Amino acid sequence: MSSTTIQIISRSKYYNWLVKNLFSSWVNTILTVIALIFVYQVGSFFLNWAIFDADFRYNFQGELIIDRGFCSKNIMPGEYGACWAIIFARWNQFMYGLYPIEEAWRVNLIYALLPLAIIGILFDKIPFRRYFIYFTFIFPFLAYFMLYGGPGLSVVGTNKWGGLLVTLFLGVTGIGLAFPLSILLALGRRSKMPIIKSLCVVFIEFIRGVPLITLLFTANVMLPLFLPDGVNPDNLLRALVAVTLFQSAYMAEAIRGGLQAIPRGQVEAAQSLGLSYWQTTRKIVLPQALKIAIPPIVNTCIGLFKDTSLVLIIGLFDLLGIGRAALADMTWTKLYYEVYVFISLVFFIFCFGMSRYSLYLEKKLKTDNS
Amino acid sequence: MTKIKSLFISLVLTLGVSTAIAGSHGSTHDLVKERGKLMCGSNTGLAGFGAPNDAGVWEGIDVDVCRAVAAAVFGDASKVEYVPTTSKVRFTVLQSGEIDMLSRNTTWTLSRDVDLGLEFVGVNYYDGQGFMVNKSLGVSSAMELDGASVCIQVGTTTEMNLADFFKANDMSYESVPVETNSEADAAYTAGRCDVYTTDASGLYASRAGYPDPSAHVVLPEIVSKEPLGPAVRHGDSEWADIVRWSLNAMIIGEELGITSANVDEMKSSKNPEVLRLLGVDAGYGAMLGLSDDWAYNILSQVGNYSESFEKHIGPNTPINIQRGLNALYKDGGILYAPPFR
Repeated sequence: MSSTTIQIISRSKYYNWLVKNLFSSWVNTILTVIALIFVYQVGSFFLNWAIFDADFRYNFQGELIIDRGFCSKNIMPGEYGACWAIIFARWNQFMYGLYPIEEAWRVNLIYALLPLAIIGILFDKIPFRRYFIYFTFIFPFLAYFMLYGGPGLSVVGTNKWGGLLVTLFLGVTGIGLAFPLSILLALGRRSKMPIIKSLCVVFIEFIRGVPLITLLFTANVMLPLFLPDGVNPDNLLRALVAVTLFQSAYMAEAIRGGLQAIPRGQVEAAQSLGLSYWQTTRKIVLPQALKIAIPPIVNTCIGLFKDTSLVLIIGLFDLLGIGRAALADMTWTKLYYEVYVFISLVFFIFCFGMSRYSLYLEKKLKTDNS
Repeated sequence: MTKIKSLFISLVLTLGVSTAIAGSHGSTHDLVKERGKLMCGSNTGLAGFGAPNDAGVWEGIDVDVCRAVAAAVFGDASKVEYVPTTSKVRFTVLQSGEIDMLSRNTTWTLSRDVDLGLEFVGVNYYDGQGFMVNKSLGVSSAMELDGASVCIQVGTTTEMNLADFFKANDMSYESVPVETNSEADAAYTAGRCDVYTTDASGLYASRAGYPDPSAHVVLPEIVSKEPLGPAVRHGDSEWADIVRWSLNAMIIGEELGITSANVDEMKSSKNPEVLRLLGVDAGYGAMLGLSDDWAYNILSQVGNYSESFEKHIGPNTPINIQRGLNALYKDGGILYAPPFR
């Protein structure tokens, strides 16, 4: 008896929601119907193309697809959808670039350990968090050793790195290095010491006044011209420096916004309790400022992650670059949609993940009544 | 005040001197030998000329020049590291010494040869700029393209040729700038521009990949000379000689009928030029600072020019380019290498 009542109530709740949000007036009803038709059309077209009419590894005749000539859509034009075989054939390149395939387990290991390395700093209510944090600090050295090589492991130069490896390397390392730097810059910009303040202002404004492409070019092309013969800092390292500087300037401004939102009275209260500048900053100002700054910080992180694809211009094969190289191979040329849709999907997964995390953090840290 | 001035002057001098030092490199040949591998500037991906295949191995006729040089220097064609370069950074990467040679469909022009401080050592592909349009436009000559929108790769000689051609014929065009060749191709396929212009080889390569190649027509006008060839830095003639003669060895190999298959039999040939080339008659390798079997290594590991051409861009590949201008001088083309003696 009671379960039926609940069912009725919940059904009517559902019904009420529909009426209230989608069919409240004639205009709304028409708009809803149009929107549904639109979603259905686009959605069914895309799903047919991407899944139901698509080739994965085998074409409609059951043959393994080894070049674009085997794609169903190229055998019977207009009848079939995507030909994802290019992604399968080039999967290793999308994941590791031109990294020697017998050494790819090293990259896989680092991919597997990456979540463990960042989980400690992302979530505070996990067991053994302290050990995760320790691991976070060991991880960069471990990753460098595993990826680049050293005693016991063959050296794999960064010119062999590519695909998701380069995208993640630039994104994660750039954000990781830029974060502490940007806090210092933001504090420096708010400092009362004129030299520090003006240095920070000049740095931030200069970097923010220049497009990332220009920085990449400067780092990649100008730098070696001024260095003595034989001193050629690594190509990827140069890009990393440019990306880090760029990100730190933007993040510093996001954090400064948070700092400025802290009422002056809080600092004064802390000082009257006898706290030093660093104590005040660390215990009173920064925790609140960073909380306010979460949305803009994540915003710049997502922006940076996508901007890493600009390194294509200086000849690094990031995810997008390796995709284009695949398209330049006569075996697979012209499968643009497949490659770009796949790359978009990978970028989307990472960026959406970052965005959801920021939402989670905002909710968790929400302490005011609004 | 004077102190500050002298400090400033010495600073400027130091910077100037250090740039000068950075500009004058040591012997590239020694550097390459010491490093144990050749750094070769390649394309970021151009079908048939230079692109990594599914296994990540670089292939193409430009890539074969790099492999030939590695075979000459080390006796091992695989000792090459490829540095992908875009059309905008290729020259600075070479000037800064990051790469030892550049082999990526680069046109030999006066200003590049002289003003940019490069030295082009030869031509491995004679090309020329053409136009491709959709047949439905009903255009049969480039002179009818007034007002058309053109997809154009920025920073290339193609861009300048296009402007010159339209200006000379008193026509106007709307340019749709793109970054790479594949992007230009994609933009043209998507109908963002009426005309796709690049070197004729590129047009044929793109057309071969279309679902319906016959719907597109390459117009008869070829508006430029585009001799594509490998380049090295100015001021190291010994290294330039090595690269130049590595390329020449491939061409002479075709002339003398030496292929990777018969190179060992040819060692017992009666033709003195064959014997000189393959190092049976000693002495020619030493002139270049190489071992005597340097050309033998090139021909056995990379093959002659014709083999490289047929393998990567010839009529039996999807790119389907005829030899045309790139045939040997005795077969009606203009490919001609100085004699090996």
